[in-house]
Amino acid sequence: MFAPSIHLPRRKTRTLEGSPWVRWTLVTVALGFLAVFLVVPLVAVFSFAFQKGWEAYLTAIAEPEARSAILLTLMAAVIAVPLNLVFGLAAAWLLARFRFRGRALLLTLIDLPFSVSPVIAGLIFVLLFGRQGWLGPLLFEHDIHVIFAVPGIVLATVFITLPFVVREVLPVMQTQGSDEEEAALTLGASGWRTFLRITLPKVKWGVLYGVILCNARAMGEFGAVSVVSGHVRGVTTTLPLHAEILYNEYDFAGAFAVASLLTLLALVTLVLKKYVEWRSEAS
Amino acid sequence: MAPRSRRHVLPGFRLSLGLTWAYVGLLVLIPLSSLFLKTFSLTWPQFWETVTAPRALAAYKLSFSASLAAALANVVFGLLVAWVLVRYRFPGRSLVESLVDLPFALPTAVAGLTLTTLFSSKGWYGQYLEAWGLKVAYTSVGVAVALTFIGLPFVVRTVQPVLEDIDVDVEEAAATLGATPWQTFTRVLFPAIVPALLSGFTLAFARALGEYGSVVFISGNMPLRTEIVPLLIVTKLEQYDYAGATAIAVVMLLASFLLLLAVNLLQRWSHRRLEARSRA
Repeated sequence: MFAPSIHLPRRKTRTLEGSPWVRWTLVTVALGFLAVFLVVPLVAVFSFAFQKGWEAYLTAIAEPEARSAILLTLMAAVIAVPLNLVFGLAAAWLLARFRFRGRALLLTLIDLPFSVSPVIAGLIFVLLFGRQGWLGPLLFEHDIHVIFAVPGIVLATVFITLPFVVREVLPVMQTQGSDEEEAALTLGASGWRTFLRITLPKVKWGVLYGVILCNARAMGEFGAVSVVSGHVRGVTTTLPLHAEILYNEYDFAGAFAVASLLTLLALVTLVLKKYVEWRSEAS
Repeated sequence: MAPRSRRHVLPGFRLSLGLTWAYVGLLVLIPLSSLFLKTFSLTWPQFWETVTAPRALAAYKLSFSASLAAALANVVFGLLVAWVLVRYRFPGRSLVESLVDLPFALPTAVAGLTLTTLFSSKGWYGQYLEAWGLKVAYTSVGVAVALTFIGLPFVVRTVQPVLEDIDVDVEEAAATLGATPWQTFTRVLFPAIVPALLSGFTLAFARALGEYGSVVFISGNMPLRTEIVPLLIVTKLEQYDYAGATAIAVVMLLASFLLLLAVNLLQRWSHRRLEARSRA
C-alpha cells in the first residue's frame, strides 16, 4: 500500500534474491506459517461468534453482564490511558532532555511492567491492598475495597500499561533535539507555551502511537486483571474476563461473541497504528 | 515560572523529575518492594521447601522448556518472515506487514480461546493433527504453540530494520569475490543480524516465561503436567497462600532477571566480535 517503490531500483543488483524456485519456496513457507497462526485464527473468532446466528450474537453482547463488562473495560482504559499519557510526556521530557543521577534506575523501573509477568503485576497489588496485605487492615477498617473491586482493576491496568507512551515518545524526542525549544525560550516564550506550541506538535505522532498501543493493552489485559478481579460477575469482570467465564461455562458462541469485540479492537488498533506510521513517515 | 536551575537551559526539570519519580515510586517501586518484603515473612527452610516442591519444579521445567521451544520457533520463522518482507515483493505484502503485529494487539485471552478451539480434538486443526497422533490442546505442545503465537512479532520486528539497513555493496562485493548466495548469506548477512536475532529471541523468551492469558486455556492446567509457573502463582493465591505465591514469583523474577543479564552480556560480546571483524 505505502510506497514500496523506494526499494525497487535496488532490485536488479541484489545478489541474494536467489533463484525463483528459492524465492517462491520461502514466500510460500512464510505465508503458510502466517496463515496458520494469524489469518485462520482471525477468521475463526468471527466464524465461532456467529455460529448460532446474528440474533444469538447480539444477545450475547447486549445482555446486562456483557454490557457491564464493556463499561468496566472502557472505564479502566479511560482512567489508565490519560494518566499514562501525562506521565509519559513528563517522563519522556525528563529522560530525553536532562542527564541526572538515577536516570538509568528510573529507565529500568519504567520498563519493569513490560518485563514482569502480568500475574506478578496482579500479585503485588494483592499483597499491598488485599485483606492480608500491608494496607489491608487499614482499608478494611474504613470499608474501602481495592482488591476484588473496581479500583484494583484500574490500578493493575495502569501498572501494566505504564511504559507504552514513554517508550514511544522518548526516542522521538531524543532524535529531534531541542533547538526549536531553546529558540522559543530565548525569544521569551514561557516553559508551558514552549511545550504546548513546539514540543507537543513535534512529537504528536509518537504520542498518538503510544496512546493507541496503551489503549489496546488496557482494554485487552487479562492476567493482571484476573488476579485482582475476584471474578464477581457483572461487577468486576472486564471483557476478557467475561469471555473466560462464558467459555468455562461451555457457552462457546457467547464467549466468541465477546472475543470478537476484542478482536475488532485489535484490528482497529492495527489500522490506526499503520495510519500513524504512514503519517509520521510522510511528515 | 519557577526559577530555572543554572545547569539546565530547558525548563521543567524539577517538575518532570518530581512527577516521574512520584508516579513510578507509587505504582512500581512500592508495590514491587511489597513482593520482596513478603518473602521475608517466610523462614529460609520454608521458602526453600515452597520453591523446590515437586509441583513447582514441574512448573519451572514446563515454563522454561515451552518458552525456549517457542522462542526458537520464533527465531526461525521470524527470520524467514522478516527476510521475505524485506527482500521480496508479492501480492498482499503490506497486509502481511501489518498483520504481523496482530499478536501484540490481540488480547491474550482471545488468542487462548481461539487457539484452544482450533487445536481441540474436534477443532479445525485438531481433528487432522489427532488423526496423525499429535495431541496439541491440553498438552505441553499446546503451551508451546500459544507461546509461539504470542512471541511471533518480536523477532520479525527486531530483525527487519537491520535487514533493511544492510548495504547492497556488501553483498555485491561478496558476489564479485565469487561467493555463492548461500555463502553470502551465512558469512556476510547472518553475522550482521545475529545481535538483532538474539534480542528478538530474548524478548520472545522473556515474554513467554511470564505469559498467562493465552496459556491457561490451551494447557488444561493439570498440576505436575501442564501447569506453568504463572498459573501456579494464581493457584496459590486462590488458596490464600500469599507467602507461597510470592516465593514462586520471586524465583520467577530472579530467573528472568538473570536471563536478561546473560543475554545482555552475550549481545555485548557479539557486538564487540562484529566490530573486531569489521576492523580487521
